[in-house]
Amino acid sequence: MRNVIAVAGKELRAYFHSPIAYLVMTVYAALLGFFFYSFTATYVVQSFRIQAMGGGMGAPPMSLNEYIIRPLLAGVLTVVILLLVPLITMRLYAEEKRSGTIELLLTSPLTDLEVILGKFLGAMALYAVLVAMTFLYVGYLFLHGNPNAKPLLAQVLGLLLYGAALLALGMWFSTFTKNQIVAGVVAFAVFLLLFVMDWVTAYGSGRASDVISYLSLTKHFDNFAKGVIDLSDVVFYVSVVVLGIFLTARSVDALKGRA
Amino acid sequence: MIEVAGLTKRFGPTLAVSDVSFEVQKGEVLGFLGPNGAGKTTTMRVITGYLSPSEGRVRVAGYDVVEEPLEAKRRTGYLPEAPPVYPDMTVVEYLAFVARIKGVPRREIQTRIEEVSEKCAVTDVTDRQIGKLSKGYRQRVGLAQALIHNPEVLILDEPTAGLDPKQIIETRELIRGLAGQHTIVLSTHILPEVSKTCERVLVINQGKIVASGTPQELTHRLQGYETVLLTAEGPAAEMMERLQRVSGVNLVEPRDAADSRVTFEVHAEKGHDVRAELARAIVESRWKLLELKTSGLSLEDIFLQLTTKDLGEGPDTSDKSSVVGIV
Ligand SMILES: Nc1ncnc2c1ncn2[C@@H]1O[C@H](COP(=O)(O)OP(=O)(O)OP(=O)(O)O)[C@@H](O)[C@H]1O
Ligand SMILES: [Mg+2]
Repeated sequence: MRNVIAVAGKELRAYFHSPIAYLVMTVYAALLGFFFYSFTATYVVQSFRIQAMGGGMGAPPMSLNEYIIRPLLAGVLTVVILLLVPLITMRLYAEEKRSGTIELLLTSPLTDLEVILGKFLGAMALYAVLVAMTFLYVGYLFLHGNPNAKPLLAQVLGLLLYGAALLALGMWFSTFTKNQIVAGVVAFAVFLLLFVMDWVTAYGSGRASDVISYLSLTKHFDNFAKGVIDLSDVVFYVSVVVLGIFLTARSVDALKGRA
Repeated sequence: MIEVAGLTKRFGPTLAVSDVSFEVQKGEVLGFLGPNGAGKTTTMRVITGYLSPSEGRVRVAGYDVVEEPLEAKRRTGYLPEAPPVYPDMTVVEYLAFVARIKGVPRREIQTRIEEVSEKCAVTDVTDRQIGKLSKGYRQRVGLAQALIHNPEVLILDEPTAGLDPKQIIETRELIRGLAGQHTIVLSTHILPEVSKTCERVLVINQGKIVASGTPQELTHRLQGYETVLLTAEGPAAEMMERLQRVSGVNLVEPRDAADSRVTFEVHAEKGHDVRAELARAIVESRWKLLELKTSGLSLEDIFLQLTTKDLGEGPDTSDKSSVVGIV
Protein backbone atom coordinates (compact mmCIF):
# COMPACT_ATOMS: atom_id res chain seq x y z
CA MET A 1 0.00 0.00 0.00
CA ARG A 2 2.84 2.33 0.85
CA ASN A 3 4.22 1.72 -2.62
CA VAL A 4 0.88 2.39 -4.28
CA ILE A 5 0.62 5.71 -2.46
CA ALA A 6 4.19 6.63 -3.37
CA VAL A 7 3.46 6.08 -7.06
CA ALA A 8 0.05 7.79 -6.89
CA GLY A 9 1.64 10.81 -5.20
CA LYS A 10 4.31 10.97 -7.87
CA GLU A 11 1.69 10.91 -10.63
CA LEU A 12 -0.46 13.57 -9.04
CA ARG A 13 2.60 15.72 -8.51
CA ALA A 14 3.57 15.30 -12.15
CA TYR A 15 0.12 16.48 -13.30
CA PHE A 16 0.38 19.65 -11.27
CA HIS A 17 3.97 20.32 -12.26
CA SER A 18 3.08 20.17 -15.94
CA PRO A 19 0.48 22.07 -17.94
CA ILE A 20 -1.80 19.01 -18.07
CA ALA A 21 -3.68 19.53 -14.81
CA TYR A 22 -4.26 23.21 -15.59
CA LEU A 23 -5.23 22.47 -19.16
CA VAL A 24 -7.88 19.91 -18.27
CA MET A 25 -9.16 22.03 -15.40
CA THR A 26 -9.47 25.07 -17.64
CA VAL A 27 -11.20 23.21 -20.44
CA TYR A 28 -13.54 21.56 -17.95
CA ALA A 29 -14.35 24.81 -16.21
CA ALA A 30 -14.87 26.68 -19.46
CA LEU A 31 -17.19 24.12 -21.05
CA LEU A 32 -19.05 23.59 -17.81
CA GLY A 33 -19.40 27.35 -17.36
CA PHE A 34 -20.65 27.91 -20.87
CA PHE A 35 -23.33 25.25 -20.67
CA PHE A 36 -24.25 26.13 -17.11
CA TYR A 37 -24.81 29.72 -18.17
CA SER A 38 -26.87 28.81 -21.22
CA PHE A 39 -29.00 26.21 -19.38
CA THR A 40 -29.59 28.64 -16.54
CA ALA A 41 -30.48 31.47 -18.90
CA THR A 42 -32.94 29.25 -20.76
CA TYR A 43 -34.39 28.15 -17.47
CA VAL A 44 -34.92 31.71 -16.31
CA VAL A 45 -36.53 32.79 -19.58
CA GLN A 46 -38.79 29.75 -19.61
CA SER A 47 -39.99 30.14 -16.06
CA PHE A 48 -40.77 33.83 -16.60
CA ARG A 49 -42.76 32.88 -19.68
CA ILE A 50 -44.76 30.30 -17.76
CA GLN A 51 -45.56 32.86 -15.10
CA ALA A 52 -46.46 35.48 -17.66
CA MET A 53 -48.76 33.06 -19.47
CA GLY A 54 -50.73 32.94 -16.27
CA GLY A 55 -49.46 29.70 -14.88
CA GLY A 56 -49.33 32.01 -11.94
CA MET A 57 -48.66 31.25 -8.40
CA GLY A 58 -50.39 27.92 -8.34
CA ALA A 59 -48.25 25.99 -10.84
CA PRO A 60 -45.21 24.13 -9.45
CA PRO A 61 -41.87 25.79 -10.34
CA MET A 62 -39.80 24.15 -13.07
CA SER A 63 -37.37 21.61 -11.62
CA LEU A 64 -33.75 22.81 -11.39
CA ASN A 65 -32.68 19.18 -11.45
CA GLU A 66 -34.46 18.40 -14.69
CA TYR A 67 -33.66 21.58 -16.55
CA ILE A 68 -30.13 22.37 -15.46
CA ILE A 69 -28.35 19.71 -13.39
CA ARG A 70 -29.30 16.67 -15.40
CA PRO A 71 -28.47 18.02 -18.85
CA LEU A 72 -25.24 19.39 -17.46
CA LEU A 73 -23.99 16.25 -15.74
CA ALA A 74 -25.60 13.52 -17.78
CA GLY A 75 -25.46 15.32 -21.10
CA VAL A 76 -22.54 17.68 -21.35
CA LEU A 77 -20.06 16.17 -18.90
CA THR A 78 -20.35 12.61 -20.16
CA VAL A 79 -19.15 13.94 -23.51
CA VAL A 80 -16.54 16.33 -22.11
CA ILE A 81 -14.78 13.52 -20.26
CA LEU A 82 -14.38 11.57 -23.51
CA LEU A 83 -11.99 14.34 -24.50
CA LEU A 84 -10.37 15.03 -21.12
CA VAL A 85 -9.70 11.48 -19.93
CA PRO A 86 -7.27 10.80 -22.82
CA LEU A 87 -5.38 13.95 -21.85
CA ILE A 88 -5.04 12.56 -18.35
CA THR A 89 -4.10 9.00 -19.26
CA MET A 90 -1.90 9.49 -22.31
CA ARG A 91 1.27 10.16 -20.34
CA LEU A 92 0.86 7.42 -17.72
CA TYR A 93 3.07 4.80 -19.36
CA ALA A 94 4.07 6.50 -22.61
CA GLU A 95 6.12 9.14 -20.84
CA GLU A 96 7.91 6.62 -18.62
CA LYS A 97 8.78 4.63 -21.72
CA ARG A 98 10.06 7.64 -23.60
CA SER A 99 12.19 9.02 -20.76
CA GLY A 100 13.49 5.61 -19.66
CA THR A 101 12.12 5.99 -16.13
CA ILE A 102 10.15 2.83 -16.80
CA GLU A 103 13.46 1.07 -16.13
CA LEU A 104 13.50 2.56 -12.66
CA LEU A 105 9.93 1.48 -11.90
CA LEU A 106 10.33 -2.03 -13.27
CA THR A 107 13.64 -2.69 -11.49
CA SER A 108 12.46 -1.42 -8.12
CA PRO A 109 11.05 -3.82 -5.55
CA LEU A 110 7.45 -3.04 -6.52
CA THR A 111 4.97 -5.40 -8.08
CA ASP A 112 3.60 -4.38 -11.47
CA LEU A 113 0.16 -4.18 -9.87
CA GLU A 114 1.38 -1.68 -7.29
CA VAL A 115 2.69 0.55 -10.06
CA ILE A 116 -0.53 0.21 -12.07
CA LEU A 117 -2.79 0.91 -9.10
CA GLY A 118 -0.63 3.87 -8.10
CA LYS A 119 -0.88 5.34 -11.57
CA PHE A 120 -4.59 4.69 -11.75
CA LEU A 121 -5.21 6.32 -8.38
CA GLY A 122 -3.08 9.33 -9.29
CA ALA A 123 -5.09 9.82 -12.49
CA MET A 124 -8.32 9.18 -10.61
CA ALA A 125 -7.40 11.86 -8.06
CA LEU A 126 -7.00 14.48 -10.78
CA TYR A 127 -10.27 13.37 -12.33
CA ALA A 128 -12.00 13.63 -8.96
CA VAL A 129 -10.77 17.21 -8.71
CA LEU A 130 -12.49 17.91 -12.04
CA VAL A 131 -15.75 16.35 -10.95
CA ALA A 132 -15.57 18.26 -7.67
CA MET A 133 -15.34 21.48 -9.67
CA THR A 134 -18.89 20.77 -10.82
CA PHE A 135 -20.07 21.74 -7.35
CA LEU A 136 -18.70 25.25 -7.85
CA TYR A 137 -21.44 25.76 -10.41
CA VAL A 138 -24.15 23.55 -9.06
CA GLY A 139 -23.58 24.96 -5.58
CA TYR A 140 -24.79 28.27 -6.98
CA LEU A 141 -28.18 26.66 -7.60
CA PHE A 142 -28.31 25.45 -4.02
CA LEU A 143 -27.59 28.99 -2.80
CA HIS A 144 -30.36 30.57 -4.84
CA GLY A 145 -32.88 27.79 -5.20
CA ASN A 146 -33.55 24.41 -3.75
CA PRO A 147 -32.77 21.62 -6.15
CA ASN A 148 -32.99 18.03 -5.01
CA ALA A 149 -29.63 16.71 -3.78
CA LYS A 150 -30.40 13.01 -4.21
CA PRO A 151 -30.41 12.72 -8.01
CA LEU A 152 -27.35 14.95 -8.08
CA LEU A 153 -25.43 12.51 -5.91
CA ALA A 154 -26.39 9.62 -8.17
CA GLN A 155 -25.24 11.60 -11.19
CA VAL A 156 -21.92 12.48 -9.56
CA LEU A 157 -21.35 8.87 -8.53
CA GLY A 158 -22.16 7.84 -12.11
CA LEU A 159 -19.67 10.35 -13.47
CA LEU A 160 -16.95 9.07 -11.16
CA LEU A 161 -17.59 5.46 -12.17
CA TYR A 162 -17.88 6.23 -15.87
CA GLY A 163 -14.65 8.25 -15.68
CA ALA A 164 -12.88 5.49 -13.75
CA ALA A 165 -13.76 3.02 -16.49
CA LEU A 166 -12.41 5.36 -19.17
CA LEU A 167 -9.26 6.06 -17.14
CA ALA A 168 -8.48 2.37 -16.78
CA LEU A 169 -8.88 1.82 -20.52
CA GLY A 170 -6.89 4.95 -21.33
CA MET A 171 -4.06 3.75 -19.10
CA TRP A 172 -3.98 0.51 -21.07
CA PHE A 173 -3.68 2.40 -24.39
CA SER A 174 -0.80 4.35 -22.91
CA THR A 175 1.26 1.17 -22.48
CA PHE A 176 1.37 0.57 -26.24
CA THR A 177 3.65 3.39 -27.28
CA LYS A 178 6.27 5.81 -26.08
CA ASN A 179 4.45 8.59 -27.89
CA GLN A 180 1.94 10.34 -25.65
CA ILE A 181 0.07 11.90 -28.55
CA VAL A 182 -0.51 8.52 -30.14
CA ALA A 183 -1.70 7.10 -26.82
CA GLY A 184 -4.09 10.02 -26.38
CA VAL A 185 -5.49 9.92 -29.90
CA VAL A 186 -6.06 6.17 -29.75
CA ALA A 187 -7.89 6.54 -26.44
CA PHE A 188 -10.05 9.36 -27.78
CA ALA A 189 -10.89 7.45 -30.96
CA VAL A 190 -11.88 4.36 -29.03
CA PHE A 191 -13.96 6.34 -26.53
CA LEU A 192 -15.74 8.08 -29.38
CA LEU A 193 -16.41 4.76 -31.05
CA LEU A 194 -17.83 3.33 -27.83
CA PHE A 195 -19.99 6.43 -27.57
CA VAL A 196 -21.48 6.25 -31.05
CA MET A 197 -21.84 2.49 -30.83
CA ASP A 198 -24.75 3.29 -28.60
CA TRP A 199 -26.58 5.06 -31.43
CA VAL A 200 -26.40 1.95 -33.58
CA THR A 201 -28.36 -0.01 -31.02
CA ALA A 202 -31.13 2.56 -31.17
CA TYR A 203 -32.00 1.37 -34.69
CA GLY A 204 -30.93 -2.24 -34.58
CA SER A 205 -32.71 -5.09 -32.95
CA GLY A 206 -32.01 -8.66 -32.00
CA ARG A 207 -29.12 -10.36 -30.29
CA ALA A 208 -26.17 -8.37 -31.56
CA SER A 209 -27.83 -5.13 -30.72
CA ASP A 210 -28.64 -6.38 -27.22
CA VAL A 211 -25.06 -7.38 -26.61
CA ILE A 212 -23.70 -4.08 -27.87
CA SER A 213 -26.21 -2.26 -25.78
CA TYR A 214 -25.24 -4.23 -22.69
CA LEU A 215 -21.57 -3.50 -23.29
CA SER A 216 -22.15 0.16 -24.00
CA LEU A 217 -20.46 2.42 -21.50
CA THR A 218 -23.07 5.12 -22.14
CA LYS A 219 -26.14 2.90 -21.68
CA HIS A 220 -25.14 2.10 -18.14
CA PHE A 221 -25.19 5.78 -17.35
CA ASP A 222 -28.92 6.10 -18.08
CA ASN A 223 -30.06 5.10 -14.60
CA PHE A 224 -27.53 7.40 -12.94
CA ALA A 225 -28.79 10.19 -15.19
CA LYS A 226 -32.31 9.65 -13.87
CA GLY A 227 -30.95 9.80 -10.34
CA VAL A 228 -31.19 6.07 -9.75
CA ILE A 229 -28.29 4.01 -8.45
CA ASP A 230 -28.67 0.51 -9.81
CA LEU A 231 -26.19 -2.01 -8.44
CA SER A 232 -25.83 -3.72 -11.82
CA ASP A 233 -24.57 -0.46 -13.36
CA VAL A 234 -22.07 -0.01 -10.54
CA VAL A 235 -20.87 -3.58 -11.03
CA PHE A 236 -20.56 -2.98 -14.76
CA TYR A 237 -18.31 0.05 -14.41
CA VAL A 238 -16.21 -1.56 -11.69
CA SER A 239 -15.77 -4.58 -13.96
CA VAL A 240 -14.52 -2.36 -16.76
CA VAL A 241 -12.01 -0.80 -14.35
CA VAL A 242 -10.81 -4.25 -13.34
CA LEU A 243 -10.58 -5.27 -16.98
CA GLY A 244 -8.55 -2.16 -17.84
CA ILE A 245 -6.17 -2.84 -14.98
CA PHE A 246 -5.84 -6.46 -16.01
CA LEU A 247 -5.11 -5.55 -19.63
CA THR A 248 -2.55 -2.97 -18.48
CA ALA A 249 -0.86 -5.61 -16.33
CA ARG A 250 -0.65 -7.97 -19.28
CA SER A 251 0.74 -5.29 -21.51
CA VAL A 252 3.38 -4.25 -18.94
CA ASP A 253 4.35 -7.88 -18.50
CA ALA A 254 4.79 -8.20 -22.25
CA LEU A 255 7.27 -5.31 -22.13
CA LYS A 256 9.65 -7.55 -20.24
CA GLY A 257 9.81 -9.95 -23.14
CA ARG A 258 10.76 -7.38 -25.75
CA ALA A 259 10.92 -3.97 -24.17
CA MET B 1 26.82 -12.74 -5.40
CA ILE B 2 25.65 -12.80 -9.01
CA GLU B 3 25.25 -16.07 -10.89
CA VAL B 4 24.31 -16.10 -14.55
CA ALA B 5 23.86 -19.54 -16.08
CA GLY B 6 23.12 -20.25 -19.73
CA LEU B 7 21.47 -16.88 -20.25
CA THR B 8 19.91 -16.43 -23.67
CA LYS B 9 17.76 -13.50 -24.73
CA ARG B 10 15.94 -13.24 -28.03
CA PHE B 11 13.99 -10.32 -29.40
CA GLY B 12 11.85 -12.05 -31.97
CA PRO B 13 14.38 -13.35 -34.49
CA THR B 14 17.37 -11.39 -33.14
CA LEU B 15 19.56 -13.20 -30.70
CA ALA B 16 20.83 -10.48 -28.38
CA VAL B 17 22.51 -12.69 -25.78
CA SER B 18 23.43 -16.27 -26.42
CA ASP B 19 24.19 -18.82 -23.71
CA VAL B 20 26.15 -16.53 -21.43
CA SER B 21 27.38 -17.86 -18.08
CA PHE B 22 29.49 -16.16 -15.44
CA GLU B 23 29.69 -15.46 -11.74
CA VAL B 24 30.63 -12.41 -9.79
CA GLN B 25 32.03 -12.78 -6.30
CA LYS B 26 31.09 -10.59 -3.39
CA GLY B 27 32.94 -7.29 -3.47
CA GLU B 28 34.30 -7.85 -6.96
CA VAL B 29 34.21 -5.28 -9.75
CA LEU B 30 33.45 -6.92 -13.08
CA GLY B 31 33.62 -5.11 -16.38
CA PHE B 32 31.61 -5.95 -19.48
CA LEU B 33 33.58 -4.91 -22.48
CA GLY B 34 32.16 -5.10 -25.95
CA PRO B 35 31.41 -3.12 -29.07
CA ASN B 36 28.00 -1.59 -29.82
CA GLY B 37 25.20 -4.11 -29.97
CA ALA B 38 27.25 -6.76 -28.19
CA GLY B 39 24.49 -7.47 -25.68
CA LYS B 40 25.87 -5.70 -22.61
CA THR B 41 22.74 -3.70 -21.88
CA THR B 42 20.50 -6.68 -22.52
CA THR B 43 22.46 -8.85 -20.07
CA MET B 44 22.27 -6.15 -17.42
CA ARG B 45 18.57 -5.67 -17.99
CA VAL B 46 17.98 -9.33 -17.33
CA ILE B 47 20.07 -9.23 -14.15
CA THR B 48 18.05 -6.28 -12.88
CA GLY B 49 14.74 -7.92 -13.74
CA TYR B 50 13.78 -5.37 -16.37
CA LEU B 51 13.75 -8.04 -19.07
CA SER B 52 12.90 -11.68 -18.59
CA PRO B 53 15.39 -14.24 -19.90
CA SER B 54 14.42 -16.38 -22.89
CA GLU B 55 16.50 -19.20 -21.43
CA GLY B 56 18.80 -19.66 -18.49
CA ARG B 57 18.83 -18.52 -14.89
CA VAL B 58 20.08 -15.49 -13.07
CA ARG B 59 20.52 -15.26 -9.33
CA VAL B 60 21.33 -12.16 -7.35
CA ALA B 61 22.40 -12.64 -3.74
CA GLY B 62 20.98 -16.14 -3.96
CA TYR B 63 17.56 -15.05 -5.25
CA ASP B 64 16.35 -16.06 -8.70
CA VAL B 65 15.40 -12.88 -10.55
CA VAL B 66 12.40 -14.53 -12.17
CA GLU B 67 11.06 -16.48 -9.21
CA GLU B 68 11.76 -14.02 -6.40
CA PRO B 69 12.06 -10.72 -8.22
CA LEU B 70 11.27 -8.49 -5.25
CA GLU B 71 13.99 -10.00 -3.07
CA ALA B 72 16.52 -9.72 -5.87
CA LYS B 73 15.50 -6.16 -6.71
CA ARG B 74 15.75 -5.04 -3.09
CA ARG B 75 19.44 -5.95 -3.25
CA THR B 76 20.19 -4.40 -6.61
CA GLY B 77 20.97 -0.83 -7.56
CA TYR B 78 20.81 -0.06 -11.26
CA LEU B 79 22.01 2.84 -13.35
CA PRO B 80 20.62 2.34 -16.87
CA GLU B 81 22.29 3.70 -19.98
CA ALA B 82 20.21 6.87 -19.70
CA PRO B 83 19.76 8.02 -16.10
CA PRO B 84 16.10 7.30 -15.25
CA VAL B 85 15.25 10.73 -13.86
CA TYR B 86 12.05 12.77 -13.85
CA PRO B 87 13.04 16.15 -15.27
CA ASP B 88 10.38 18.13 -13.42
CA MET B 89 11.47 16.92 -9.97
CA THR B 90 14.19 18.47 -7.87
CA VAL B 91 17.09 16.22 -6.89
CA VAL B 92 15.79 15.86 -3.33
CA GLU B 93 12.24 15.08 -4.42
CA TYR B 94 13.53 12.52 -6.86
CA LEU B 95 15.80 10.77 -4.37
CA ALA B 96 12.99 10.76 -1.80
CA PHE B 97 10.66 9.11 -4.31
CA VAL B 98 13.24 6.50 -5.29
CA ALA B 99 14.01 5.81 -1.61
CA ARG B 100 10.32 5.17 -0.96
CA ILE B 101 9.83 2.74 -3.83
CA LYS B 102 13.11 0.99 -2.99
CA GLY B 103 11.73 0.33 0.47
CA VAL B 104 13.99 2.56 2.57
CA PRO B 105 12.29 2.99 5.98
CA ARG B 106 10.68 6.40 6.29
CA ARG B 107 12.86 7.50 9.22
CA GLU B 108 16.07 6.78 7.31
CA ILE B 109 15.15 8.48 4.04
CA GLN B 110 16.50 11.87 5.01
CA THR B 111 19.88 10.55 6.15
CA ARG B 112 20.21 8.27 3.13
CA ILE B 113 19.57 11.21 0.80
CA GLU B 114 22.25 13.20 2.54
CA GLU B 115 24.71 10.32 2.40
CA VAL B 116 24.33 9.53 -1.28
CA SER B 117 24.22 13.21 -2.24
CA GLU B 118 27.53 13.62 -0.49
CA LYS B 119 29.01 10.51 -2.06
CA CYS B 120 27.94 11.43 -5.57
CA ALA B 121 28.77 15.12 -5.16
CA VAL B 122 25.32 16.51 -5.86
CA THR B 123 24.89 18.38 -2.58
CA ASP B 124 25.17 21.76 -4.27
CA VAL B 125 22.28 21.06 -6.65
CA THR B 126 19.84 19.24 -4.38
CA ASP B 127 17.11 21.84 -4.80
CA ARG B 128 17.50 22.29 -8.54
CA GLN B 129 15.18 20.72 -11.09
CA ILE B 130 16.83 17.69 -12.63
CA GLY B 131 15.77 18.70 -16.14
CA LYS B 132 17.88 21.82 -15.79
CA LEU B 133 21.04 20.03 -14.67
CA SER B 134 24.00 19.31 -16.92
CA LYS B 135 24.49 15.83 -18.33
CA GLY B 136 27.26 15.13 -15.83
CA TYR B 137 25.13 16.09 -12.86
CA ARG B 138 22.22 14.08 -14.17
CA GLN B 139 24.51 11.06 -14.40
CA ARG B 140 25.57 11.57 -10.79
CA VAL B 141 21.96 11.84 -9.70
CA GLY B 142 21.41 8.55 -11.52
CA LEU B 143 24.24 7.02 -9.56
CA ALA B 144 22.90 8.45 -6.30
CA GLN B 145 19.56 6.86 -7.14
CA ALA B 146 21.24 3.47 -7.63
CA LEU B 147 22.90 3.74 -4.22
CA ILE B 148 20.00 5.10 -2.20
CA HIS B 149 18.95 1.79 -0.63
CA ASN B 150 22.56 0.73 -0.05
CA PRO B 151 22.25 -2.34 -2.30
CA GLU B 152 24.68 -5.23 -2.21
CA VAL B 153 24.85 -5.34 -5.98
CA LEU B 154 25.38 -2.41 -8.32
CA ILE B 155 24.72 -2.67 -12.04
CA LEU B 156 26.08 0.32 -13.93
CA ASP B 157 25.47 0.57 -17.66
CA GLU B 158 28.15 2.77 -19.21
CA PRO B 159 28.47 4.97 -16.13
CA THR B 160 30.94 7.34 -17.77
CA ALA B 161 29.27 7.69 -21.17
CA GLY B 162 28.81 11.29 -22.22
CA LEU B 163 30.84 12.80 -19.41
CA ASP B 164 33.75 15.16 -19.84
CA PRO B 165 37.27 14.00 -18.94
CA LYS B 166 37.24 15.49 -15.48
CA GLN B 167 33.86 13.95 -14.68
CA ILE B 168 35.03 10.60 -16.04
CA ILE B 169 37.97 10.55 -13.67
CA GLU B 170 35.74 11.53 -10.76
CA THR B 171 33.18 8.87 -11.60
CA ARG B 172 35.86 6.20 -11.82
CA GLU B 173 37.22 7.21 -8.46
CA LEU B 174 33.74 7.06 -7.04
CA ILE B 175 33.23 3.55 -8.43
CA ARG B 176 36.56 2.37 -7.11
CA GLY B 177 35.55 3.78 -3.75
CA LEU B 178 32.35 1.74 -3.84
CA ALA B 179 34.18 -1.49 -4.61
CA GLY B 180 34.48 -3.73 -1.62
CA GLN B 181 31.23 -2.57 -0.01
CA HIS B 182 29.28 -3.43 -3.14
CA THR B 183 29.52 -6.05 -5.83
CA ILE B 184 29.72 -4.12 -9.07
CA VAL B 185 29.10 -4.95 -12.70
CA LEU B 186 29.74 -2.15 -15.15
CA SER B 187 29.72 -2.03 -18.90
CA THR B 188 31.75 0.00 -21.28
CA HIS B 189 32.94 -0.02 -24.82
CA ILE B 190 35.91 2.11 -23.91
CA LEU B 191 38.90 -0.15 -23.70
CA PRO B 192 41.11 1.68 -21.20
CA GLU B 193 38.19 2.10 -18.85
CA VAL B 194 38.16 -1.51 -17.71
CA SER B 195 41.76 -1.51 -16.64
CA LYS B 196 41.10 1.56 -14.54
CA THR B 197 38.06 0.32 -12.69
CA CYS B 198 37.71 -3.44 -12.99
CA GLU B 199 39.40 -6.42 -11.42
CA ARG B 200 38.02 -8.81 -13.98
CA VAL B 201 36.76 -8.33 -17.51
CA LEU B 202 34.33 -10.22 -19.70
CA VAL B 203 34.71 -9.43 -23.35
CA ILE B 204 31.38 -9.89 -25.04
CA ASN B 205 30.68 -9.77 -28.74
CA GLN B 206 27.50 -10.58 -30.64
CA GLY B 207 25.87 -11.92 -27.52
CA LYS B 208 28.68 -14.30 -26.58
CA ILE B 209 31.50 -14.14 -24.07
CA VAL B 210 34.63 -14.31 -26.17
CA ALA B 211 37.25 -13.79 -23.50
CA SER B 212 37.55 -13.25 -19.81
CA GLY B 213 40.26 -12.58 -17.32
CA THR B 214 42.05 -9.83 -15.53
CA PRO B 215 42.91 -6.80 -17.62
CA GLN B 216 46.55 -8.01 -17.57
CA GLU B 217 45.68 -11.46 -18.85
CA LEU B 218 43.69 -9.97 -21.68
CA THR B 219 46.59 -7.79 -22.69
CA HIS B 220 48.78 -10.81 -22.75
CA ARG B 221 46.45 -12.67 -25.03
CA LEU B 222 45.97 -9.66 -27.18
CA GLN B 223 49.68 -9.40 -27.71
CA GLY B 224 50.61 -13.01 -28.07
CA TYR B 225 47.92 -15.20 -29.54
CA GLU B 226 46.01 -16.19 -32.57
CA THR B 227 43.19 -18.54 -31.76
CA VAL B 228 42.11 -21.63 -33.70
CA LEU B 229 39.21 -23.88 -32.81
CA LEU B 230 39.75 -27.56 -33.55
CA THR B 231 37.24 -30.36 -33.12
CA ALA B 232 38.39 -33.95 -33.34
CA GLU B 233 37.40 -37.42 -32.26
CA GLY B 234 39.90 -39.37 -30.21
CA PRO B 235 41.45 -39.66 -26.76
CA ALA B 236 41.29 -36.17 -25.28
CA ALA B 237 44.45 -36.16 -23.20
CA GLU B 238 46.65 -37.63 -25.94
CA MET B 239 45.27 -35.30 -28.56
CA MET B 240 45.87 -32.33 -26.36
CA GLU B 241 49.40 -33.40 -25.72
CA ARG B 242 50.07 -33.94 -29.41
CA LEU B 243 48.64 -30.55 -30.38
CA GLN B 244 50.78 -28.90 -27.74
CA ARG B 245 53.88 -30.15 -29.54
CA VAL B 246 53.02 -28.54 -32.89
CA SER B 247 55.51 -25.82 -33.51
CA GLY B 248 54.14 -22.31 -32.99
CA VAL B 249 51.45 -23.46 -30.56
CA ASN B 250 51.51 -21.72 -27.22
CA LEU B 251 48.58 -23.13 -25.37
CA VAL B 252 45.83 -25.69 -25.89
CA GLU B 253 42.64 -25.52 -23.86
CA PRO B 254 39.78 -27.99 -24.07
CA ARG B 255 36.51 -26.10 -24.63
CA ASP B 256 33.75 -28.66 -25.13
CA ALA B 257 33.67 -32.38 -24.90
CA ALA B 258 30.82 -34.62 -26.00
CA ASP B 259 31.34 -38.40 -26.18
CA SER B 260 34.76 -38.79 -27.67
CA ARG B 261 34.48 -35.52 -29.54
CA VAL B 262 36.56 -32.70 -28.16
CA THR B 263 36.88 -29.08 -29.16
CA PHE B 264 40.18 -27.42 -28.37
CA GLU B 265 41.01 -23.80 -28.34
CA VAL B 266 44.53 -23.53 -29.67
CA HIS B 267 46.48 -20.34 -29.12
CA ALA B 268 49.30 -19.86 -31.53
CA GLU B 269 51.99 -17.27 -31.78
CA LYS B 270 51.01 -14.22 -33.70
CA GLY B 271 51.62 -14.46 -37.44
CA HIS B 272 51.82 -18.28 -37.48
CA ASP B 273 49.09 -20.04 -39.40
CA VAL B 274 49.23 -23.35 -37.60
CA ARG B 275 46.11 -24.83 -39.12
CA ALA B 276 47.85 -27.10 -41.65
CA GLU B 277 50.23 -28.38 -39.00
CA LEU B 278 47.42 -29.06 -36.57
CA ALA B 279 45.48 -30.99 -39.19
CA ARG B 280 48.50 -33.10 -40.04
CA ALA B 281 49.17 -33.86 -36.37
CA ILE B 282 45.65 -35.17 -35.86
CA VAL B 283 45.42 -37.14 -39.09
CA GLU B 284 48.84 -38.75 -38.75
CA SER B 285 47.89 -40.03 -35.34
CA ARG B 286 44.78 -41.60 -36.99
CA TRP B 287 42.30 -39.54 -35.04
CA LYS B 288 39.33 -38.07 -36.81
CA LEU B 289 39.53 -34.40 -37.62
CA LEU B 290 36.01 -32.98 -37.67
CA GLU B 291 36.41 -29.23 -37.79
CA LEU B 292 39.15 -26.67 -37.91
CA LYS B 293 38.61 -22.93 -38.01
CA THR B 294 39.92 -19.68 -36.75
CA SER B 295 37.70 -18.52 -33.95
CA GLY B 296 35.55 -16.08 -35.84
CA LEU B 297 36.55 -12.63 -34.92
CA SER B 298 39.87 -12.68 -33.12
CA LEU B 299 40.08 -10.93 -29.83
CA GLU B 300 42.12 -8.29 -31.49
CA ASP B 301 39.48 -7.64 -34.14
CA ILE B 302 36.92 -7.22 -31.40
CA PHE B 303 39.17 -4.87 -29.53
CA LEU B 304 39.59 -2.86 -32.67
CA GLN B 305 35.85 -2.30 -32.73
CA LEU B 306 36.00 -0.89 -29.26
CA THR B 307 36.50 2.72 -28.63
CA THR B 308 40.12 2.96 -27.77
CA LYS B 309 40.12 6.62 -27.06
CA ASP B 310 39.95 7.40 -23.42
CA LEU B 311 38.58 10.85 -22.79
CA GLY B 312 39.86 10.81 -19.26
CA GLU B 313 43.34 10.06 -20.38
CA GLY B 314 44.36 12.89 -22.67
CA PRO B 315 44.86 12.97 -26.39
CA ASP B 316 47.49 10.42 -27.36
CA THR B 317 45.80 7.13 -26.53
CA SER B 318 43.96 6.52 -29.75
CA ASP B 319 46.43 4.41 -31.70
CA LYS B 320 46.61 0.70 -31.31
CA SER B 321 50.02 0.35 -29.74
CA SER B 322 49.12 2.55 -26.83
CA VAL B 323 45.90 0.62 -26.37
CA VAL B 324 47.86 -2.50 -25.77
CA GLY B 325 50.06 -0.68 -23.37
CA ILE B 326 47.17 0.59 -21.33
CA VAL B 327 45.08 -2.52 -20.91
N1 LIG C 1 14.03 -4.10 -27.40
C1 LIG C 1 14.74 -4.65 -28.37
N2 LIG C 1 14.12 -5.15 -29.45
C2 LIG C 1 14.82 -5.73 -30.43
N3 LIG C 1 16.15 -5.87 -30.45
C3 LIG C 1 16.84 -5.38 -29.41
C4 LIG C 1 16.18 -4.75 -28.32
N4 LIG C 1 17.11 -4.37 -27.42
C5 LIG C 1 18.29 -4.75 -27.93
N5 LIG C 1 18.15 -5.35 -29.12
C6 LIG C 1 19.22 -5.92 -29.95
O1 LIG C 1 20.02 -6.75 -29.16
C7 LIG C 1 21.40 -6.59 -29.45
C8 LIG C 1 22.17 -6.24 -28.21
O2 LIG C 1 21.82 -4.95 -27.79
P1 LIG C 1 22.39 -4.28 -26.46
O3 LIG C 1 21.64 -3.01 -26.29
O4 LIG C 1 22.32 -5.26 -25.36
O5 LIG C 1 23.89 -3.98 -26.85
P2 LIG C 1 25.00 -3.19 -26.05
O6 LIG C 1 26.14 -4.11 -25.89
O7 LIG C 1 24.42 -2.60 -24.82
O8 LIG C 1 25.40 -2.05 -27.08
P3 LIG C 1 25.81 -0.52 -26.83
O9 LIG C 1 27.27 -0.51 -26.58
O10 LIG C 1 25.46 0.13 -28.12
O11 LIG C 1 25.00 -0.01 -25.69
C9 LIG C 1 21.47 -5.53 -30.54
O12 LIG C 1 21.60 -6.19 -31.78
C10 LIG C 1 20.15 -4.83 -30.46
O13 LIG C 1 19.74 -4.38 -31.73
MG1 LIG D 1 24.21 -0.73 -24.12
